[in-house]
Amino acid sequence: MAETTRPNAPLPPVSRRGFLLSLGVVVNAVAAALFAVPVLGFLLSPMRRLARQAWIPLGELRDFPEGETRLAIYRNPFTQPWDGETAKVPCWVRRIAGEQFQVFAINCAHLGCPVRWFPESGLFMCPCHGGVYYSDGSRASGPPPRGLYQYEHKVEGRQLWVRGGELPTLSEPV
Amino acid sequence: MSLVRAIGAWLEARTGLGAPIREAAGHAVPRDTASWWYVFGSATLVAFVLQIVTGICLATVYTPSANDAWVSLVQLDYAVPLGWFLRALHGWGSNFMVALMLVHMVQVFLFGAFKYPRELTWMLGVFLFLLTLGMAFTGQVLRFDQDAYWGLGIGAAIAGRIPFVGPEVVHTLLGGPIIAGATLSRFFALHVFVIPGLLIAFVSLHLWLVLRLGINEWPMPGRLVNRETYRREYEAAVHADGVRFVPDAAKRDLVFAGLVILALVACAALFGPIGPNGEPDPTIIDTVPAPDFFFLWIYSLLALLPANVETPLLLTAPVLGIGLLLALPFLSGTGEKSWRRRPFAVIAVLLCTLIVGTLTYLGTFAPWSPRMDAWSSLPTPTAYLKDRSPLELQGALLVQGKQCRNCHSLGGEGGLRGPALDGVATRLTHDQMIRQVLQGGGEMPAYGENLSPPEVTALVAFLETLHPAGLQPARDSSAPEVAAPRATAR
Repeated sequence: MAETTRPNAPLPPVSRRGFLLSLGVVVNAVAAALFAVPVLGFLLSPMRRLARQAWIPLGELRDFPEGETRLAIYRNPFTQPWDGETAKVPCWVRRIAGEQFQVFAINCAHLGCPVRWFPESGLFMCPCHGGVYYSDGSRASGPPPRGLYQYEHKVEGRQLWVRGGELPTLSEPV
Repeated sequence: MSLVRAIGAWLEARTGLGAPIREAAGHAVPRDTASWWYVFGSATLVAFVLQIVTGICLATVYTPSANDAWVSLVQLDYAVPLGWFLRALHGWGSNFMVALMLVHMVQVFLFGAFKYPRELTWMLGVFLFLLTLGMAFTGQVLRFDQDAYWGLGIGAAIAGRIPFVGPEVVHTLLGGPIIAGATLSRFFALHVFVIPGLLIAFVSLHLWLVLRLGINEWPMPGRLVNRETYRREYEAAVHADGVRFVPDAAKRDLVFAGLVILALVACAALFGPIGPNGEPDPTIIDTVPAPDFFFLWIYSLLALLPANVETPLLLTAPVLGIGLLLALPFLSGTGEKSWRRRPFAVIAVLLCTLIVGTLTYLGTFAPWSPRMDAWSSLPTPTAYLKDRSPLELQGALLVQGKQCRNCHSLGGEGGLRGPALDGVATRLTHDQMIRQVLQGGGEMPAYGENLSPPEVTALVAFLETLHPAGLQPARDSSAPEVAAPRATAR
């Protein structure tokens, strides 16, 4: 303020003080970016689309009688030692005939609760919001917007394999 | 005594904090705010401080690893001395904090305290409310049991409905492609570091604004808020007829805070710790996941919303709702403060209470869910089996065996998803029953592929016996005996 009251005084060139201040701002901006990028990258790293699915053996063909639907369990292929029981993933295997299978995710297509199979009435029922599905996984009633999610599967060497490792959701149904 | 005074004087000489603290504590507030209506904010803060204390205690034993979390909770409940009581205090303390905050928020809303010049105080309060709900949800996840596991699944399923970036959001939320160890660690960091840190920062700002702008005076009908004159009038009123916050106004806060702590200790001692229920093993599918009390209304809403509006509503309603709360002081920042002259404010509060209350009530027994064990655990009422033909008895067996009772009740017991079957014969004719069973309809699945023709005959024969004594079963109006009733009249 003092300078502006003295119109005759020459405008000071870039002073040492002003330069240091600008330098401080620039250095800190660069430092902040270099610091923030890895922090954000670390926190958001699960977002990256790495190979998240793998073929997993579900069991011998003879474990799945023709015409029946049975619960099968596989281990998450990308597991950590401290995952404990959450590394296990259940799914429903329906053997229609011969090597014709359907493998359904346990998660209701509405909001992911575990559906239960009732062989007597041939229905899957969800305990959360009342979703019901027919034996082929198609929607029978309740709030689900679609049928049950189905895993990709194949028969190889007397074994049933599924491609799993990801929680199915509406935007990424297995 | 002189030593204590000497230490006090030394601290004051070094810090100089005594004078400003005394000044803040003793600042003048309007006389009419020394009221029992003004105690809920401080009580919420007390509940938060207690949560910090009990939370730190629990963190000395709790193990935030998916493999060990559940076991460490069971250890706390049964093996660690007083672990059960600390868990009970923390669990019930969470309920207390949410409840007190809700009452505080409603009081502030009805007393017009969000109006000029306290807009920012209200907005910080909205964030504090959201953060507290965030604590309640992440806390439920840390209670790593079956409800927590499937609750995370529900969260992921909702996030998965976000267009374009759904999968990315799900994976960021879960810390990977499925619910696993990384998920629990993320929620631990949120519950223990991130959200409490934000809470402390926001509470500090909230309190600073209360000190700086003054406690809202008791609203009088007809005394309008005017941006030009309000602050001057407030200052004048406080100077002319104010009381000191400490001790005159704060003594009620003090009494109420003590009562809150006593009630919390009593609840914890009487009702004990909340959960954990079953192990978080996803292969145990015989489970009926349900959220904690304060989220039951969302659980109900998700069951009752029509499927076609669900996703748009799930994604827009929270944004709109929070936006509306934040915008409130700018939509209605001046004018009448008293709830006696703000009928819409009162109606809004009543409506919200009614809606959330009804949904919460429904959530406690979830009539939309099939009762998974009804078919195998509830006997057919004996009265319905007396003097029945073999065919009808066969039908009664099918009602049990085909899980009909998971959705339909008999004698007041069974699922509530579909209508009770007790008087079904007065509502449906023989042919209508066959059609309904074979093709389904409404919310009922079709049973055509799972019942043989003889089974359908037996089932319908039994259903036709289900009508109150003395009440005729439904008849086809085009059938000859109905069209010409005299011909068959007995």
